[in-house]
Amino acid sequence: MQYSDIVMEHFKSPKNIGRIENPDGIGEVGNPVCGDMMTITIKVKDNRIDDIKFETFGCGAAIAVSSMVTEMAKGKTLEEAMQITNKSVAENLGGLPKNKLHCSNLGADALHKAIMDYYHRREGKTKEPRKFEKVEHIEKKEGKCHCPYCDAEITEAARFCRKCGSEITLDK
Amino acid sequence: MDLIYFDHISGTPIHTAVREVMIKYIEQGGFYNPSSQHHLGDLALETLEDARSKVAGLINSKPDEIVFTSGGTESINHAIKGVAFARAKKGRHIITSNIEHQSVSRTLRVLMNMGYQVTAVNVDRYGLVDPDDVKKAIRDDTILITIMHANNEIGTIEPIAEIGRIAREKGIVMHTDAVVSCGNITVDVEAMNVDLLSMAANQFYGPPGVGALYIRKKTPIYPIIDGGTQENNQRAGTQNMIGIVGMAKAAELASIEMPSRTEHLLKLKRYFLERLKEIDEIVINGHPDNSLPGLVSFSVEYVEGESMMIMLDEKGICVSTRSACASGSLRASHVLIATGSDYATAQGTLLFSFGIDNTIEQIDRAFEVLKDTIGFLRNISPLYKKK
Repeated sequence: MQYSDIVMEHFKSPKNIGRIENPDGIGEVGNPVCGDMMTITIKVKDNRIDDIKFETFGCGAAIAVSSMVTEMAKGKTLEEAMQITNKSVAENLGGLPKNKLHCSNLGADALHKAIMDYYHRREGKTKEPRKFEKVEHIEKKEGKCHCPYCDAEITEAARFCRKCGSEITLDK
Repeated sequence: MDLIYFDHISGTPIHTAVREVMIKYIEQGGFYNPSSQHHLGDLALETLEDARSKVAGLINSKPDEIVFTSGGTESINHAIKGVAFARAKKGRHIITSNIEHQSVSRTLRVLMNMGYQVTAVNVDRYGLVDPDDVKKAIRDDTILITIMHANNEIGTIEPIAEIGRIAREKGIVMHTDAVVSCGNITVDVEAMNVDLLSMAANQFYGPPGVGALYIRKKTPIYPIIDGGTQENNQRAGTQNMIGIVGMAKAAELASIEMPSRTEHLLKLKRYFLERLKEIDEIVINGHPDNSLPGLVSFSVEYVEGESMMIMLDEKGICVSTRSACASGSLRASHVLIATGSDYATAQGTLLFSFGIDNTIEQIDRAFEVLKDTIGFLRNISPLYKKK
């Protein structure tokens, strides 16, 4: 597996594991269908991320990304944290294998969602965190299936996309 | 740290006796071309034909029905494309299953782009093909049925003899991908009623890069590699003699040792399955009885396969995963989905494939690491409801 030393380090000893009780913001992204799901909870104090924790279902890269993004966000102002990009997370990890870059997208997305959730709550618009959505949401574009969350192509023969309507046959 | 290799489905270690004959062959020359007319060519030809007999012996075929190839993938490509091209005028319909290896499914996809039609029959929850489904899928223009003997992800063994009988009744060519079964369980081309059978040496302690295609006499098939007249005009190119010598030795050993190997592998498998019961919420994939002796596929709820695989690797334990991530795409295993596994569960799949050198003690050691790994990953999983 082509993971950098930093990725392996964060994967083996991830920082900020868990879920904050009564958080100020929750960000949930991904879906087990795609192989990755991430939940980030934050505590905000004086407009800064006072505490942050994550829970992740996913590959080594997804876990390392979660750990790294929480480390990067900790102590930052909300504005600063919103500036953390998928790219900067991947860079801080010493790069990710090409087919794993989508995992880094989840990290920053989950963080931003948690911050947005905090803003919503503050404005009194408490939003229910998104529950795990089923596979039916996969869309079919130009005969190919795409995961709605990471937008990855799910090709490998029509049978695989039966949840989006195709028959389980290689027949045309 | 002692390495524990539980990934025999990706390739078996080269048996010491196999290694010895290969080295000896290299030392004795190793480059002689069996097509040469001089006496060194004759020597090589003799070695080649001896090897052919030994490989034929493993699958109960005649020696001249064995064509040496570069491995399982080439054999499969040859079988499928070879028949499709030779029979194109008769028909363009092919029947397969929906749990085939990519070397079958992708080859068929290429043919579909060329105008062939393919019907993939479903499997049941154990991954078994129903021969009746195959029968129902047969059309007037069906030219080939290709169904794998044993599945490489869940180990389920398909009722090939029955499907082969149906094919023969209808005059349809029958191919089976026996790459992961051949050399590990009994493979008999007569009993299985097949016309074509693909095999690879690195699945039974031979070297990688060499395989064979069994072609029953009078089977309509074209070569896919054209050139010289080698291999009875079925596979052009100078033979990989060093590999073939190794494959023949491996085939010989597999024939002799199969009963004791099977007994050993089943012992390991049963022991591992018993230990797996110590962890809750694990799903065992594949057929409970009718499956490869050395293979256990299981799905761990709430965690993803690749992360488990890497953690095991860190501790020197080599296993495989068919999780989407590890295979470089985002798909869950098509085999597990075909057997009705849900996507999230399929993502948490690990494949332990044991070999003749593995021990109970290794399983115990690996199991402790596995248990810790699952505990660690479940603890950080948002899907796992902490108790």
